Amino acid sequence: MVAKPLSILVIDENGARASIIEAGLRGDGHDVVTILSDVTRVARQITEIDPDVIVIDLGNPNRDMLENMFQLTRAIKRPIAMFVDSSDKAAIEAAIDAGVSAYIVDGLRKERVRPILDMAISRFNAFSRMERELEEARSALQDRKIIDRAKAILMKSKGLSEDAAYQLLRKTAMNQNRKISDIAQSLVTASQLLEP
Amino acid sequence: MTHKDSPTVIAGFLPLVDAALLIATREKGFAETEGLELKLVRETSWANIRDRMAVGHFQCAHILAPMPIAAMLGLSPMPVDIIAPMALGLGGNAITVSNALYDAMNAVGELTELEARQAGLAIGRVIEARRRNGHGKLVLAVVHSHSAHNYDLRYWLYASGIDPDRDVEIVIVPPPFMPDALANGRIDGFCVGEPWNSVAAQAAQGAIITSKSSIWRSSPEKVLGVEASFAQTRPDVLDALIRSVCKAAAWCADAANCSELADIMSRPDYLDVAGEVILPALTGTVVLGRNRTISDPDFFMPFARAATFPWKSHAAWFYSQMVRAHQTVWNPDDAMNAAHVYRPDIYRRALAGLDIFLPSADWKVEGALSQTRQVSAVDGSLQLGPDGFFDGRIFDPEMLEAYVKEQAAGPSS
Repeated sequence: MVAKPLSILVIDENGARASIIEAGLRGDGHDVVTILSDVTRVARQITEIDPDVIVIDLGNPNRDMLENMFQLTRAIKRPIAMFVDSSDKAAIEAAIDAGVSAYIVDGLRKERVRPILDMAISRFNAFSRMERELEEARSALQDRKIIDRAKAILMKSKGLSEDAAYQLLRKTAMNQNRKISDIAQSLVTASQLLEP
Repeated sequence: MTHKDSPTVIAGFLPLVDAALLIATREKGFAETEGLELKLVRETSWANIRDRMAVGHFQCAHILAPMPIAAMLGLSPMPVDIIAPMALGLGGNAITVSNALYDAMNAVGELTELEARQAGLAIGRVIEARRRNGHGKLVLAVVHSHSAHNYDLRYWLYASGIDPDRDVEIVIVPPPFMPDALANGRIDGFCVGEPWNSVAAQAAQGAIITSKSSIWRSSPEKVLGVEASFAQTRPDVLDALIRSVCKAAAWCADAANCSELADIMSRPDYLDVAGEVILPALTGTVVLGRNRTISDPDFFMPFARAATFPWKSHAAWFYSQMVRAHQTVWNPDDAMNAAHVYRPDIYRRALAGLDIFLPSADWKVEGALSQTRQVSAVDGSLQLGPDGFFDGRIFDPEMLEAYVKEQAAGPSS
């Protein structure tokens, strides 16, 4: 007998992350996936969605409201419990570190739902990594811009070539044990202050 | 001075004024004096705080006083063993309604003071009129189903002749979202801790109509929740923590420190709101909205009247209200276990030898003191009260079952 497909509800205010989770779930063969960004709409739709598994991001302040909904069992027919049981501390910790939490309908077999949480954890982690890399790329771009401005100032005021200006910044940074972009920022700020 | 090897304690908190005790413990050096490194982590939900205590991210936290009891009873989705060896002050909540509801209440009642009875009469008349005219139920918000806010609000409604399950709708909204939910008409009123009443009142998004201190004077609100295995394995660290938080509570209660405390708490890593909305709870001078201001020294008490003592009778009262709210079914063993989640024995152990008076009893009759009175303490005497519920009912923990049965009969008027 083939088990009835699991109905999975993903609640995430971050639309991009929700899409990544959804893609992962569908890739794993889960076809009944609902994404909601606004928890306040869950109350109205939960009986219709009738979820077996709920995945929610930990940054969502509405978790308390969601749990209250679980207590009012009338709203969702069956009680829902935290996905991982207390014997599974490592899994809970991995989930919390990744910033995700999950609930399941009581009585569902652990083997059926465990891969869903594992997938959510890895996608949440991948998403944070992606955000971090994006942030690093953004700040690298910012650094390059400020270094270019500092080079221009040196080239103009000291009549240096571009290469010599860069070497001067680099040497100063090394002598002062600071980042080139910090030296460049100081120079740009100082020259702004000295502007007539 | 803290040393490299001083024990580190990590505590979670939500951005509310009664987090002041923990914030001052860290910021004013009280933890350091006890040789502790106290780290504070702001969280977005009570569920997160509970879960992070369960996995050991937090050893302790600023939590809703009924939460450890709910966890013990298995009412929360995540099993965790939390004890309450200390309370984090008395009072600090209020009930705020939309301007429209305020005007409707003011037209049929008297709302000059924060008097719970008058406010209850007025809202009862409004509810009755709405029913006659076929208007929908009022929607009132609290922050968590296992919160003093929920039980205070429900008690106030019941005692005003209103059935909280039948006559109004009670919903859950996170504290920082309350003022906006009120302003955009999603809810008609809320019961929440400060600063969120003041945020709404000072921005004219709503008006404060009554306070926790009027519904039940000197009543419990938050506790220092401590993860049980940490309490068991590091009693020395826990005692040092309790001592430092207790000293911080005394510092918070000193009027001379109000503005400094408000400044610290307004920082982005703490409450991230203006000092003006934090000050009312600290000074007791509260802007109510609709051109009213009151002065109520009992509004929030961080230290006086044994405000940090974890009374078992408080735990028992919360248990009785869980039964009344149909969250659990009366069971004498549960009632006893609920009371034992509160640990005055640890509180006394930690503070022994300090110049702080400790009550010698673990239980007290709530509502028995109409005046401030000297009571017996471990070392001399201590001032308690006035306490008590606005409807004059007495809660005697020795008569718990009778109290629960009487309340099951429904609202009184």
